[in-house]
Amino acid sequence: MNAFNKLLTSAAFGLTVLAMAAPATWAETPPNMLVIANRIDDITTLDPAESFEFAGSDVSRNVYGKLVNFDPMDLEAGYQPDLAESWTVSEDGRTITFTMREGVTFHSGNPVRAEDAEFSLRRAVILNKTPAFILTQFGFTPENVEETIVADGNTLTITTDKRYATSFVLNCLTATIGGIVDKELVMANEKDGDLGNEWLKTNSAGSGAYQLTSWKPNESVTLTSNPDFYLGAPAMERVVVRHVLESASQRLLLERGDIDIARNLNPEDVAGAREAEGVVIAEELKGRLMYASFNQSHPELSKPEVRQAMKYLVDYEGMQNAFLNGQYTIHQNFLPQTYLGAVDQNPFSLDVEKAKALLAEAGVEGMEIEVGVREAQERIEIAQSLQNTFAQAGITLNITVGTAKQILGRYRARELDMYLGAWGPDYPDPQTNAGTFAYNPDNSDAAQATGLLAWRNGWDTGGLTEKVEAAVIESDTEARATMYADIQAQFQETSPFIIMFQQIEQSALRDNVTNFSTGQAITNASYWQVTK
Amino acid sequence: MTTAPDPGPGFAIPNWVKATVLTLGSIAVTMLGLLFITFIIGRVMPIDPVLAIVGERASQATYDAVYRELGLDQPLLVQFLYYIWDVVRGDFGTSLLNARPVSEDIARVFPATLELATLGVIFGIVLGVPLGVVAAVRRGSWIDQVARVVALVGYSMPIFWLGLMGLLIFYGILGWVGGPGRLDIFYEDIVPTRTGMILIDSAIAGDWSVFRNAFSHIILPASLLGYYSLAYISRMTRSFMLEQLSAEYITTARVKGMSERAVIWRHAFRNIRVQLVTVIALSYANLLEGSVLTEIIFSWPGIGSYITTALLSADMNAVLGGTVVVGLIFILLNILSDLLYRVFDPRAK
Repeated sequence: MNAFNKLLTSAAFGLTVLAMAAPATWAETPPNMLVIANRIDDITTLDPAESFEFAGSDVSRNVYGKLVNFDPMDLEAGYQPDLAESWTVSEDGRTITFTMREGVTFHSGNPVRAEDAEFSLRRAVILNKTPAFILTQFGFTPENVEETIVADGNTLTITTDKRYATSFVLNCLTATIGGIVDKELVMANEKDGDLGNEWLKTNSAGSGAYQLTSWKPNESVTLTSNPDFYLGAPAMERVVVRHVLESASQRLLLERGDIDIARNLNPEDVAGAREAEGVVIAEELKGRLMYASFNQSHPELSKPEVRQAMKYLVDYEGMQNAFLNGQYTIHQNFLPQTYLGAVDQNPFSLDVEKAKALLAEAGVEGMEIEVGVREAQERIEIAQSLQNTFAQAGITLNITVGTAKQILGRYRARELDMYLGAWGPDYPDPQTNAGTFAYNPDNSDAAQATGLLAWRNGWDTGGLTEKVEAAVIESDTEARATMYADIQAQFQETSPFIIMFQQIEQSALRDNVTNFSTGQAITNASYWQVTK
Repeated sequence: MTTAPDPGPGFAIPNWVKATVLTLGSIAVTMLGLLFITFIIGRVMPIDPVLAIVGERASQATYDAVYRELGLDQPLLVQFLYYIWDVVRGDFGTSLLNARPVSEDIARVFPATLELATLGVIFGIVLGVPLGVVAAVRRGSWIDQVARVVALVGYSMPIFWLGLMGLLIFYGILGWVGGPGRLDIFYEDIVPTRTGMILIDSAIAGDWSVFRNAFSHIILPASLLGYYSLAYISRMTRSFMLEQLSAEYITTARVKGMSERAVIWRHAFRNIRVQLVTVIALSYANLLEGSVLTEIIFSWPGIGSYITTALLSADMNAVLGGTVVVGLIFILLNILSDLLYRVFDPRAK
């Protein structure tokens, strides 16, 4: 046998091995198992007192019960009783007393008590991790939690530093940080006074529909159902969320039936999957907003007519129907649709002549401004569209693309003329966005309120700060919604923000999957109601 | 006048000691250089590890506190010395984002890359070396042309596209191989982790269904990586062989009436082994450092995608830890090829 024949033999052997390795795939996933492809590389911890990323919050929502929570089958109904069966509010509006639901147990078998709720909330305040502000904004501090968060028998009482709208407090308790942990189990794993933080990063101690089986960073999260879940054992006994970065790979897995849900398909793959047999596309509005804003220390950009003109120089429709197709929808105010007080009025559209007239009224004849954009494809494309439409009115837009460090650093230091970026709410209450877009009690440089978008743009809010403060203590929910509608009406007209789009999440599902919810704009994905 | 006593042969430092000291010295200098460069790059890159931890909404006070906590307020030299001290003790620090020890993360992801790269390079050697030899022996023939096209395609085709096409055809349409990931969901966590390489772990456990499934998942990305390594190895083999085949000793061997097989394999090929070792070691090292795109397309949780994810998340401890490990691999493979020189080339002994 010569060398060439040997080569052919080797190749034939290789192909035979390849063929023998063949169809090891299943036609579909088992009926009691849900397999999801998602990008989960943002998970840094699974401790509810610390977790603040999307994929981690999805896990938490399914693992931890809360005092109040959202029903995935009726998200519009707002918060509902969960581990707290009922609550009462004191006359001064500062104290809420929760009565705990009887007979609920943690995955460990320990009963869920008011003492566990007290421990969980105190722990979150004391640990003071990134999302702690959601609780500490009510005046809770590590020093006062023993007086302000108190369990007594089957009740838990929380006392805020001043009167707040009850809906505001309860909405905040539905956030991930409101997860109730099993005190006994967590403290059994405490190390060096860390209140079990190190252990809870990779383990679970909840009472929710699922228990964490494993988290392999950048690989997968596996959940096993809790047969004693107080709402009934979930139909899906095992949920596996697999990290699949590439959209095309997610689509292939879905179409082959190796997964049930693909959560990160790009528009091209969504269009392709829509045509595939046995696949359906589900769309839900999410909370992320795409916006542009103008620095009010700029002599021209601070003129009211210029601010108004800019809002007519955006091709909202064009972008929505082109490169943002299916991913974003036009939305022109700071409260995302589905939030309390959200309004559905989008008065602005591309109108170059009107913008020119407003610029002329302001005495502005052409100008050159710099916009800072982080290196994300969709943002760069939006910036390029703005560059084109601004030019039609004689405004030269210089685009500076950079990393978060470069762009956010300058934005937070009030150095950019214009910023183009995205903003997502922190918790499901209107205050989360009102308190940053329309609230700025001290506009001086010395205030260094870098967390407030209004401050970053040097905008004193023109009286909206007081209105936001009033809305946040309004107890009547309907009246509160009206107040936010008023704030947004003024904001839309006068602010230096152009809110352009609200994100849509498109999930591709096998057609036998029902009741899956990504949680819309107000919460996270839940799996316990899913059936196949 | 007195003369210095002759130390005699007993005082001479043995060659192997000199060689070992030289090797260790060069490793130390290379490692120090590597650490210095990665450290400096990590500090001058326009990414902000503090922002990655505190988030963009954090107040200036929180930002400053974390900045100090990470030791970033210290002079660069002090930070570098601390860093070297930690690395010397095998401590790459904890991931800035998930607070897990970087060494544990690397120990988890590296076996995935090792398994993939080893299979890939085996593929490259088994097919690439014979192809190169045949192409050289039959220079200008159709086999040589085919080998050239194979190599050209291997060099020039974007791996991203080739990977996606491979997945589409062999997984999506034909269903011959497993999809992205190391195993089907149903086979995960069945065999205990011993080496982290699923083929070996499942073989040790005697669970052949897991082995078969793992093989169906690894065969496509390994073939893809192997193809790239084949392209390189076959071209280099051809070039080395051509040089040997035109040498006078080959003509002499043929004149003496030796069989063509003996001339090619016992004489010419024997003399290119040293060069081939370098080529193969380099090829293997390239695969071991992790083919980022292959790992992304095939959802392969290896060191390439680990370093990339860490970089995009501004997790500099993880980036530096991963880079040092990759550097170490290069150094170790260099030492290994040095040792193999001595085996194949008597003059190097």
